[in-house]
Amino acid sequence: MMPNLKRSLAAACGAITLLTLASCGDPAPQSSGGPTTVRRVTKDQYAAIIGDVFGTDIKIQGRFDPDVRESGLLAIGTSHVSVTPSNLEQYDSIARSIAAQVVDEQHRAQSFGCKPAAATASDDACAGQFLGEVGRQLYRRPLTGAELKAQVAVANEATKALGNFYDGIATSLAIMLESPRFLFREETAEADPDHSGQMRLTAWSKATRLSFFLWNTTPDDELLAAAESGALNTKSGLKQQVDRMLASPRLKSGVRAFFTDMLGFDAMATLAKDPEVYPKFTPTLVGEAQEQTLRTLTDHLLARNGDYRDVFTTRHTFLTPLLGAIYRVPVDAKTGWEAHDFPDGDPHSGIQTEVSFLALHSHPGRSSSTLRGKAVREILLCQQVPTPPANVNFAIVQDTKNASLKTASDRLTAHRTQPTCAGCHKIIDPIGLSLENFDGLGGYRSDENGAAIDASGELDAFKFEGAAGLGKTLHDNPAATACLVNRLYGYGAGRAPVTGEAEWMKYLQAQFAAKGYRLPDLMRTIVTSDAFYRISAPSKQDGTTQAEAASPREGKS
Amino acid sequence: MKFDRRTALRGMLGGGAVSVALPFLDCFLNTNGTAIAATGAPLPVRFGTWFWGCGLTPGRWIPQKIGAGYDMAPELKPIEAFKDRVSIFSGFKANTDGKGAVPHYTGSMSIMTGAPPKGQGMVEAPTFDTIVADTIGGQSRFRSLEVTATGNPSDSNSRRSSAVINASEPSPLAFYTRIFGPEFKDPNAADFKPDPKVMVRKSALSAIKEQRDALLLEVGAADRVRLDEYFTSIRQLEQQLDIQLQKPAPLEACKMPGQPGNTKVGTQIEDVIANHKLMAGLMAQALACNQTQVFNVMFGDATSSLRKTGNTTTHHQLTHEEPIDEKTGAQPEATYFVERIVEGLQTMLVAMDSVREGDGTLLDHMLLLAYSECSFAKVHSLESIPMIVAGRANGKIKSGLHIDGAGDPVTRVGLTIQQVLGVPVSSWGAGSMQTSKSVSEIMV
Repeated sequence: MMPNLKRSLAAACGAITLLTLASCGDPAPQSSGGPTTVRRVTKDQYAAIIGDVFGTDIKIQGRFDPDVRESGLLAIGTSHVSVTPSNLEQYDSIARSIAAQVVDEQHRAQSFGCKPAAATASDDACAGQFLGEVGRQLYRRPLTGAELKAQVAVANEATKALGNFYDGIATSLAIMLESPRFLFREETAEADPDHSGQMRLTAWSKATRLSFFLWNTTPDDELLAAAESGALNTKSGLKQQVDRMLASPRLKSGVRAFFTDMLGFDAMATLAKDPEVYPKFTPTLVGEAQEQTLRTLTDHLLARNGDYRDVFTTRHTFLTPLLGAIYRVPVDAKTGWEAHDFPDGDPHSGIQTEVSFLALHSHPGRSSSTLRGKAVREILLCQQVPTPPANVNFAIVQDTKNASLKTASDRLTAHRTQPTCAGCHKIIDPIGLSLENFDGLGGYRSDENGAAIDASGELDAFKFEGAAGLGKTLHDNPAATACLVNRLYGYGAGRAPVTGEAEWMKYLQAQFAAKGYRLPDLMRTIVTSDAFYRISAPSKQDGTTQAEAASPREGKS
Repeated sequence: MKFDRRTALRGMLGGGAVSVALPFLDCFLNTNGTAIAATGAPLPVRFGTWFWGCGLTPGRWIPQKIGAGYDMAPELKPIEAFKDRVSIFSGFKANTDGKGAVPHYTGSMSIMTGAPPKGQGMVEAPTFDTIVADTIGGQSRFRSLEVTATGNPSDSNSRRSSAVINASEPSPLAFYTRIFGPEFKDPNAADFKPDPKVMVRKSALSAIKEQRDALLLEVGAADRVRLDEYFTSIRQLEQQLDIQLQKPAPLEACKMPGQPGNTKVGTQIEDVIANHKLMAGLMAQALACNQTQVFNVMFGDATSSLRKTGNTTTHHQLTHEEPIDEKTGAQPEATYFVERIVEGLQTMLVAMDSVREGDGTLLDHMLLLAYSECSFAKVHSLESIPMIVAGRANGKIKSGLHIDGAGDPVTRVGLTIQQVLGVPVSSWGAGSMQTSKSVSEIMV
């Protein structure tokens, strides 16, 4: 298990030791690898694949079941979820609607490289060509002879019953789109000829892992060709693909998908604020707040190749008129998004002072130092905050009408002095208190209920002042960079790092530091390594790792 | 063609419109009105759960009197009119068996799975509504239906495992469309013609089914379970298509409901009440039209996010933070939400009771378990978690009783319900909550 995972706060809610980084320049250590995974494609991946294969004008109509967060990531949850009857019903309806669009008169020409001999009869050759080509992209490998034969047979039978070639193809395509071969990314392993006695991912699975990790979509033709030729199994062939993929503008989609997952933006869809307390809150604003943070991150980490630690202190961001109203920055309505630099001394610095973070980790009608402190620990530092115990008397905690406890800080002091609560709240609340200058939507304020806000904060041994102080502390905290490494690797592998990968993870952290905390470099180190494709044991074993078994799902409390 | 009642009920396959001249009259029922005469099959017993978060207030919901003719405590007043068809279960507790209590989760999962969960989202066994659905839900279009009135599809207690969760539908309009949209076959329609497109779809599904054996061999044990669940869903879809290909038996009680508007979905109490009311009506018709036999309703989420417009605190926050009024023993602002919740239960009971069916109403032919995840939310108490059983289950249970569990595990209630609904189970639950002692007081 990862050292920083081991430092669970559950035991004492107390001291947190700092991570010791491995010295730089060491060769990559041996890694046990982990089990293969079988991941359900996410809603965003589904949309990206359909766009890639059939064109972005194909509409995706229907509801997707929510993903489940495990070990901090939905990406890891996808290795554990299944498809329920109601979920399949939705996949079925979405698949049929997509298939109907793909074969309709408007899209037929772009979808098909062939024409049937007669539109009213089956045509094995044309059906086989279309289904074979599309199938290769959807299944991320060529269809077997038997699979293709079965798909053509479905098309032929349907053509016969419905009297139309294209309706027949649509029936067969819909089946492919709801097949487990498409909906689940099933990884397969093989003996590694370069390392006797060890297993690695097959080239097809390697291409799939790479593509979803870097681009969050299905492998493109060139990558599949590299898998097919075996080039992907050579150092130079892999490097060539990695260079190409990291240089592609599609890397941005991959990085956005990663941070959307890591920062818990799936919760944005159900974020609610009280309209009377926060009249500026609208669904559009929620979307723009999320977009602001993703733009800040991709601009800093990709366009500028910036130091990851600076995302907690950066004053450079992007605003819309709606966001400008919250930040009290005039934004020209005509230009839409506008780059903006907050001046030195402004309380806004770092992604933790953006509306997305502040609003997401607040109550519907007010801010919450506890939720924000917990989010800093769990999301930005990968530290697990234990859930409060049952049958604890909260009576002492708070009285919102108590005239002597006006501000959140005052009320939370009560929280932290009651012994049963104090154990945990003393390591959560002081972090969030430094963000108290921002209300439940993220707007700046200097006082609450007429009393001045004391935004001094504390994270472990470090005391600081306000949001900027928190940003500096996060910037200097090795747990923040270790957390990113841990999450990024787990995101790519679809599982939490296992015990046999501890040395490898230390190495990754050291490499990250040695190269100045550049995200693209970290991604390159991961995807060009053997360790990323190493499979621990026969792939038929139970895929549950110790780390996964020990790490509970995130939930509200 | 020769028509008789049996033909009409069984329906016809194989093309050609089928005209049914006979409406569903009482002649279709046997003499005491509890069974469909033609098939001899009893009217189905339906099962539903109705969940709300953050419990009730100790001292304000438990009747003084045990047994029949109990007194209605203040917080249960809204359902007083249904007293003779509602039983109150108090004094049943969830044991954590050293696992540690997960706030707002251990209680509900103990009631529904029979075992305390390992952690948030990590259950040890399926929730028993899925076991009931496997037992009685096989002949209807949907094995079960899940809805939530608070807007988040992730809010669902119904799960076959930690990873297989029956997500809730949050939108009344989408819920309506799913059931009563273009694919709905009105059982009382005069004409019926099997749709050739549906036949083609059903036949095509076999191409997926044929992949099962090979695929399951390729993966590890844990993934095999997940993929097998997928194939179970394929079989369920196939069955749904099968049902669409058959002329449905006419159902007197089935009335196509009106289509709801595109309502605002969220946690504001007025929206929750309005959406829940629409969903309750749709659910009643889904049952009356034999679209499902099993359903799960979330009135609120476990960490009750219900809130008033313009007020900064949610029901959940209030339960923890608001001081108790010494005179009433209640938290006044939190009590506002408790009142709306129990009124919500009343709405559900009214919706079920307003569908006439055979010798009574839908409510008489069902068993509804209303429950929360703790008793006193202020302290996340797992002792005496409120459970309310409504309906008469076709006369299979006695109702109108107050049962005092006296500290027995909550699993006794789940065991009893499963037995009443025909699940062959003599003992249920895990660890110290394992029990073979059903609540004999309510069993006939």
